[in-house]
Amino acid sequence: MTLFEEVPVTTTDEIPVRRVEMRVNGETRAANIEPRLLLAHLLRNGLQLTGTHTGCDTTNCGACTVLFDGQPVKSCTVFAVQADGHDITTVEGLATASELHPIQEGFKDEHGLQCGFCTPGMMLSAKALLDENPNPTEDDVRWALSGNLCRCTGYQNIVKAVLWAAEKLRHDAPADAPADDGGEA
Amino acid sequence: MALDEIKIGGLGASRKRVEDNRFIRGKGNYVDDVVLPGMLHMEILRSPLAHARIKSIDVSGAWAIPGVRLVLTGEMMAARNLAWMPTLSYDTQAVLATDKVRFQGQEVACVIADDPYVAKDGCEAIVVDYEPLPPIVNPTQAMAPDAPLIRDDKVNQVDNKVFDWEVGDKEGTDRAFAEADVVSEIDMHYPRSHPSPIEACGSIADFDRSTSKLTVYMTTQAPHIIRAAVSLVAEIPEHMIRIIAPDLGGGFGNKVPVYPGYVASILASILTERPVKWIEDKSGNLISTGFGRDVYLKGQVAMRNDGKILGVRMHTESDHGAFFSDAQPSKFKIGLMHSAFACYDIPNAHLTATGVYTNKAPGGVAYRCSFRVTEAMYFQERMIQAAADDLGMDQAEFRRVNLVRDDDFPHRTPFGFLTDSGQYEKCLDIGLEAIGYADFKQEQEEARKRGRLLGIGISTMTEPLGAGNSREYDILGIKMFDSAELRVHMTGKAILRTGAKTQGQGHETTWAQIVAHELGIPADDIVVEEGDTDTAPFGMGTYASRSTPVAGAAVAMVSRKIRAKARKIAAHLLEVSEEDVEWELGRFYVRGAQDRGVSIQECAMAAYSNVPDGMEPGLENNAYYDPPNLTWPFACYIAKVEVDPETGVWDVLKMVAVDDCGVRINPMIVEGQIMGGLTEAYAMANMQFITFDEDGNCIGSNYMDYLLPTAWETPGFELHEVVTPCPHHPIGAKGIGECATVGGPAAFVNAVMDALKHTGVRNIDMPLLPDRVYGALTTGSDISGMPPVKTEA
Repeated sequence: MTLFEEVPVTTTDEIPVRRVEMRVNGETRAANIEPRLLLAHLLRNGLQLTGTHTGCDTTNCGACTVLFDGQPVKSCTVFAVQADGHDITTVEGLATASELHPIQEGFKDEHGLQCGFCTPGMMLSAKALLDENPNPTEDDVRWALSGNLCRCTGYQNIVKAVLWAAEKLRHDAPADAPADDGGEA
Repeated sequence: MALDEIKIGGLGASRKRVEDNRFIRGKGNYVDDVVLPGMLHMEILRSPLAHARIKSIDVSGAWAIPGVRLVLTGEMMAARNLAWMPTLSYDTQAVLATDKVRFQGQEVACVIADDPYVAKDGCEAIVVDYEPLPPIVNPTQAMAPDAPLIRDDKVNQVDNKVFDWEVGDKEGTDRAFAEADVVSEIDMHYPRSHPSPIEACGSIADFDRSTSKLTVYMTTQAPHIIRAAVSLVAEIPEHMIRIIAPDLGGGFGNKVPVYPGYVASILASILTERPVKWIEDKSGNLISTGFGRDVYLKGQVAMRNDGKILGVRMHTESDHGAFFSDAQPSKFKIGLMHSAFACYDIPNAHLTATGVYTNKAPGGVAYRCSFRVTEAMYFQERMIQAAADDLGMDQAEFRRVNLVRDDDFPHRTPFGFLTDSGQYEKCLDIGLEAIGYADFKQEQEEARKRGRLLGIGISTMTEPLGAGNSREYDILGIKMFDSAELRVHMTGKAILRTGAKTQGQGHETTWAQIVAHELGIPADDIVVEEGDTDTAPFGMGTYASRSTPVAGAAVAMVSRKIRAKARKIAAHLLEVSEEDVEWELGRFYVRGAQDRGVSIQECAMAAYSNVPDGMEPGLENNAYYDPPNLTWPFACYIAKVEVDPETGVWDVLKMVAVDDCGVRINPMIVEGQIMGGLTEAYAMANMQFITFDEDGNCIGSNYMDYLLPTAWETPGFELHEVVTPCPHHPIGAKGIGECATVGGPAAFVNAVMDALKHTGVRNIDMPLLPDRVYGALTTGSDISGMPPVKTEA
C-alpha cells in the first residue's frame, strides 16, 4: 500500500519524496513521504495509527514511544525514513483480536491510567523492559519508565501495573521444557 | 431481595474504569486524532520578545509557499473586530497582536496550509519588525512609579495594577495584633508553575456555510462556557455553535480559558470554508497558555504564649502576566485566597491583595485547585510552621491547639466562609502515628549528631471545593451550578449526560456508580457521555474539584426524580397506592409483603408500554443542581525527608496522606486522584517552576528546562482515610481531585525547613532546588525566588 499518493499534499518540485517500507505491527506498509516527516506523524497521519500520541516534540515525555526492532524509541524525534526496512510496534499491535496483552490488562486492573494520553507509550516502554527482564524489581520498573512522563497517576499504580503484568506473563509462559528423561506423558 | 450494591458497581465499589477499554488499546479519541474531510492545518507565529512595539509584519514570504491557504494577522482580525477578546475575568486579551507584543510567546500571526509542516514553513517565512520596549518581570518592578505601561491599549489604565482587593476585619485584626504576646512574620513566593497536561491545547473549527453551523472540537474542560464565549466573541448565534470536547489528555486547569488559537482557527474556517485544525506544540503551550500561581506573600500571625492564634494578616501581590485572564469567580479577585486558615479557630483575619500586569504569559488559572486555594493553603501552612518555630512550640501541638474541634460545626472561618463538618484532629493523629512522630525528635537529634539532616513537615488543611453555590459563585455572571440528564430505556439500560467534562477523573465510571446506588441499575448498564454541547445539558465544566460536589450531586438528584416516577409506575403495576410502595435497591415492593415487588427494569418497560392513565410515557429527566455550600474535604499530609548537607539534595523518606473526602464513590479512583495530586505537590516543592530572565525570556519553555518528576524520583505514598460525610451533598461526597496538590507542597517544604531549623533559615522559596537548599545551608540565610530585574549597566 502506498500513502499520500492519493493526497499529494506537499509534493512540490522542491520537496523530494522518498519511498519507505517497514513492518508495522507485523504488516508490511509502504509510503511515499517527505524525508523530513517524523515517524510519529507517519504512524498517526499516514497509517491512521493514532494510539501513538505526540506530547512534547523534544523526546522528553515519551507519549510517542514505539518499539523499533523491539527497542523503545521516541517516534517524535525519529525520521520516518530512518525506519525504512525496520520493524515497528505501536500500541495497536499489543492486543490480538481476541485478547489483551497482559500489560494492557495490568494497566486497567491496577488503575495505571487516568487521562490515557501517556498510556500507549508507557505500555510500550514496559513491554521493552519485560521482554528483556521478565522478573523486574520496583526500581527496575521505575528506571525503565523514567523516560515516560505521566501527569495524572503519580506512577505508583503504573509501577504496580507493570509488576502485575510481569507476574502474569511469568505465570502464563509455557513451563520449562520437560527434562529428556524418556518419561511418559 | 435488594441487590448487593458492590456487585452492581454502586457506591463504594472499586469498579474498574470503563474508559480504560479504549485507552489501553490506543483507541482514545483526542482532538488531534479527529480528522475531517478537506481539513487544513494552522500554525501560530509567536513573539520572541517580552515587550515590543510591532513596526511591521511582512507576510508575503508565507503566501509564496505552495500549500499555504491563508495568513492571519492582527490587522485582519481587527478588520473583523476580532483582534481582542474578552477574558473570563472581565479583561481583554489580544487574539493576534496589533500594536505591541506584551509577553514572549504572544500570538502574532497564523498560517493555514494543506499540511502542518507547510504551515510551520509559512510561519518561518513571516518577517516581523519589532521595536523592543523595557520588559517587566515582577510585581515590584511593575509598580515602580516610572514603570512603562504594559496595557496602554486600555482607556483609563494609568499604571500596571490589575486590582486591589481586601477581605476580613481590619480593626479586629489590628486589635488582635496589639494584644499578642508574639507576632511571627514571614514573606514568601509561590512560584509560577504550569499545569502542563501531556496533551497540549488544540482545536478543529468546522464552519459549514450551507447550514451556518460552527462545530469546534476543542481541548476544553468547560465546553458550555466556551460556547457562550464564542457566541459573544464571534457573534455567531449560540444555537449555531456546537463545541465538542472529546477525550482530553489531562487538563489541570490549563484547558479552562479561551485561547487565541481557538478563535483564530474559527475565523480561519469561516474564511476558508474548510475545517481548520490547530494543534499547539509543547513550547507554545508552556509559554503562552494559562500558568498557575505566581503570588508573593507578606504574612503575619499574632499569638499568645500558650500557642493560641489571635489573628492573621496576609498581603498578596500576584503577577497575572499581560492580560488578566484568570478563570476566577467574579466576586473574588484573588480567587479563594481567603479560604486560608479555614481549619483553624482564629477570631480575626485581614487579607489585602494587589494584582499586577507584567510582561509574561497571562493565566493565573486554578492549576489543580479551586481558585488560588493552593496558594492559600501553602501560605497558611508555611505561616503556621514559622509561627510554631518562633513560639518554640512543637509543630503538631501548635496545630492541635488551634484546629477547629469536631463539635464546633458549623464554623465561621477567619475570612467568613462557613465550614460544616470535619474530624481534623483525628486526621492529624492518624498521620502522626503513621509517620512515627512520637519517636522522631530523638531520631532527628541523633541523626544530626552524625551529620545527617532529617526533618518532618506537616500540612493540615480544609479547602473549599465545588463552586457554587450560585449566590456567590459565577464566571462572567454565569452562575456556577451543574446538571445531569438521565434517560432510562425500556429494557432498563440507560444513558447519562452531565455538564461536567472528564479529563481522566473517570466520570464514565463513577457517574454510573451514583445512578446504580440510587436506582439499582447495574453500573455496566449505564453509558455516560459528556463534552458535546449539542447533547449534554448546560454545565460549567470540570475544574476546581467541582464535578462530584456539583455535577455528581445532579446525577443523584436526577436519579431520584426517575425513582419518584418509577414508584408511581410500580404502584400501578402492583395495584396498590403509592404510599404502600417501599423501595429497596433495585426494586419496589408492597409494604408488608416484601415478595410482591417489581424491579426498576420492569418499571422502565412499563414506562414505555403500560403507564397509568394520565401519566406521560417515558422514563427520563434532568436535574440542575445548585449546591447550598461548598464541600470541605480535610487532609493531613506529613513528609519525612533527609537533606544531604554536601549537595542540598533532599530525599523523601516517607510521605503519609490522610484524606477525608466524605463518602468515596470509587475508592480506587479516589486513591488514584490523591497519588496524582501528591506527585504534583512533590513536583512543585522539588523542581517544577517557570521563571524568567531579566529580559522576560521564559525559562521553562520545554521539558528540558521545565522539570516534571518521572517514575524514578517520585516517592511512594502511604494513604489513609477518614470519612466524614458532607452534610449537604446528596450522597455525602466531597471533592478530592486537588486536595493533595493543594495541601502537599507545604508538607515537603516544612519538612526541609525542619531539617534546616538549627541553621536559623526560615524560608526557601519553592522549588527547593539543590542550589537553593545548599545556599541556605552554607549561608544561614533565607532564599528568595523572585526573578531578577534588569539594572542599568
